Amino acid sequence: MSNHSVKQVNSAVNEIYSHDLPRTPVDAEFLASQEGKIKVSMIALVGCWGCTLSFLDMDERILNLLDKVTILRSSLTDVKRIPDRCVVGFVEGGVASEENIETLEHYRENCDILISVGACAVWGGVPSMRNLLPLSECLEEAYINSPTAVSGVIPIIPNHPDLTKVTTKVYPCHEVVKMDYFIPGCPPDGDAIFKVLDDLVNGRPVDLPTSINRYD
Amino acid sequence: MMIQLKIDGKNINARAGTPLMDVALENGVYIPALCYVKGQPCLGTCRVCSVKVGGVVAAACTVPVVHGMEVEVNEPEVTDMRKALVESLFAEGTHNCPSCEKSGRCDLQAVGYEVGMMVSRFEYRFTPRQRDYASEKILLERDRCIFCQRCVDFVRDEETGQKIFSISGRGANSRIEINAELANKMTSEQVTRAVNLCPVGTIVEKGVGFNEPIGKRKFEIKSVRERALAGDHK
Ligand code: SF4
Ligand code: SF4
Ligand code: FES
Repeated sequence: MSNHSVKQVNSAVNEIYSHDLPRTPVDAEFLASQEGKIKVSMIALVGCWGCTLSFLDMDERILNLLDKVTILRSSLTDVKRIPDRCVVGFVEGGVASEENIETLEHYRENCDILISVGACAVWGGVPSMRNLLPLSECLEEAYINSPTAVSGVIPIIPNHPDLTKVTTKVYPCHEVVKMDYFIPGCPPDGDAIFKVLDDLVNGRPVDLPTSINRYD
Repeated sequence: MMIQLKIDGKNINARAGTPLMDVALENGVYIPALCYVKGQPCLGTCRVCSVKVGGVVAAACTVPVVHGMEVEVNEPEVTDMRKALVESLFAEGTHNCPSCEKSGRCDLQAVGYEVGMMVSRFEYRFTPRQRDYASEKILLERDRCIFCQRCVDFVRDEETGQKIFSISGRGANSRIEINAELANKMTSEQVTRAVNLCPVGTIVEKGVGFNEPIGKRKFEIKSVRERALAGDHK
């Protein structure tokens, strides 16, 4: 794994990202043991983390894969950007903001195979319920006319420049970048994620049988 | 009169005039269906049962078998057509299965699994549609209607035979409608029958909702394929 050097920062805006900070070098012996393994990651865009939990639901089945696979990024190693190129990239969640677009595009450039995991990534899911309404109406409901608005304070829609801009609609991942495979479900079972990963790791064509495919 | 036909190269004997759909199922060949109800006049609206008859695409529920017919069901091109039809239904409506009362007992969802749909190849449209709460017992979730017309043709006022459900508009503006006055006269058995007849979660019984636990729902107990092949049409 490479060590990132401190990126040229724009001192005028005093802005620095965690993924640009220097990192503690990884133990050389450990690195050598990971040599030749298939690198796998999972990121989350706009979802509920349910699919990420299903990824962990592979439980001890993942142990048998660990001599072939190493997991660079998951909910346990919550880095903003994957530190190295990966063979397999799982994505939870659809695209609802500029930040989601940048993250997904970076991920696409740095993964050989991308997989949409769960309803939100596959078609938009629960967050896409807002696609049926104009965005302004949703923001007004959330921030201006909200029943939990603090009384005596003039309500505003948050607009700090550090906040990412939300997109007008929520999009499935494949409408933003090319996705190679899809695992439906809300969330899919750990079994389904394991089956796809196991197929890929063992060089079999990816096949999610009818018995474990589900949409809810 | 008994006749011979071929389905996917297999010789089959059948009674002339039987719907091809029934003949295929009786002989162990599964064909997905969304509008066909065995024993009822065929509607032919969904086209999800498309197969090739003599090389030409036809809806299996609309075709009476004749002698010498050559049928292809599991042929790659027509198999993909059926899948595309199902995918188009998922893109056209808004099918949020995790929040749907019908999930686990929905024909569209079950057929989606059978055709191996992971994602729709068509753009998801998110068309806003009004729900209809007007009737006392029935809620119409218009997002999920596939316009199969089962309810339109097979659910009628018991006294007058008048239709209770109808479709207004055309094309993309089509809308399923309910006559609330007649619907309020429906017996609870009739309401249950209408709910079960709807292949999706559009006709929902008010106050019932998610009444079966996950894992114990209709198609989790027995898949749509197993049911169709066993002649279990309930
Ligand atoms: S009608 Fe069927 S396919 Fe549509 S949301 Fe409900 S369960 Fe899913
Ligand atoms: S409400 Fe249900 S039964 Fe009626 S046309 Fe729509 S999908 Fe078919
Ligand atoms: S089942 Fe044949 S057209 Fe619908």
